[in-house]
Amino acid sequence: MYVKFDFNTLCKKVLDEKLKEHGLKYRLLNFGEVEFYEPLTQEQHHLFKTHLGEYGIEIIESQKTALVQKIKDAIVELVFSEEIIPVKASIYISEKLNHSYGYLSNLFSEVAFTSIENFIILQKIEHAKVLIIRNKQSLTEIAHKLNYSSVAHLSTQFKNTTGITPSQFQKILGKRRRAQNTAINHKMQYE
Amino acid sequence: MNKEFLNVIVADDNENTLIFFKNIFKELKISIKVQCFNSGISLMKYLNNEEAVIPEIVFMRYEIPEKNSVEWIEEIRDNQKFNNMVIAIYSESIPENEVEDIFVKGGNVYIKKPEAFDQLKKVLTEVITINWQYHTSGLNKENFILKV
Repeated sequence: MYVKFDFNTLCKKVLDEKLKEHGLKYRLLNFGEVEFYEPLTQEQHHLFKTHLGEYGIEIIESQKTALVQKIKDAIVELVFSEEIIPVKASIYISEKLNHSYGYLSNLFSEVAFTSIENFIILQKIEHAKVLIIRNKQSLTEIAHKLNYSSVAHLSTQFKNTTGITPSQFQKILGKRRRAQNTAINHKMQYE
Repeated sequence: MNKEFLNVIVADDNENTLIFFKNIFKELKISIKVQCFNSGISLMKYLNNEEAVIPEIVFMRYEIPEKNSVEWIEEIRDNQKFNNMVIAIYSESIPENEVEDIFVKGGNVYIKKPEAFDQLKKVLTEVITINWQYHTSGLNKENFILKV
């Protein structure tokens, strides 16, 4: 069985529940942004932070890191969007965050240790991997969905990023899954 | 995730390689805390300790003595507490089918180790940088496969 996550809904729901549990007065703004009506005491902050950590949610402390996180979120949104967004990534990001692309680009490289361009490629290839594993679409369809001009273009970028071809990746993950299933069956037999 | 540094382990019976790795890590922009082990057994002994800091990435020489490194990979992948730990294997040269086996058994990175220090630095920088992205951007490590 495969399940599809709506990260936006999922994360919002978790955050909402946790905030209520801690009895904090708040308002959810954009994705990943919370406004408190009363400032948190140090102890509240610490408890809330530890509790969120268990869910893999981390409080971002500095403005710079927060902005870089917003750039990352915008990129993920762009790459994983169901529809093709017909603007250049640089324009999309700069309009979304209301800063010049030059500023965002420098800040990103400084904080994230990679360029926005490379991060977009990495996310696109990660998306391609998910679609390859799901095995519902041909590589041609995947290339089209991810806005590549051709399968060759996707394959070259995949190889440059991972060192292997999409079909090698599919083969390896298929073998891994079969080995895991065998191990599980084996275990069930002896338990 | 928003981390300040990466915890890294290197396991190799060659003392010189360990020194090369340590020197390279010191020069990177990403801060690294490195620990070294001379054998697979000492590495596993450390990792299986309850109080061990589980590193974000382990580098291991393919030809490490005592046991085949693929068996070490299997042993690590058998334990869920290491799910988030990236395994990188390096060697000067191994056949394609064995590289594939490393990935199939749960290894994430294969490095064809260059002899020249500069080249080694370039390759390790690439691996650490990509690994950093996986850790700080919540990417799915099960799909992390890299051959350099």
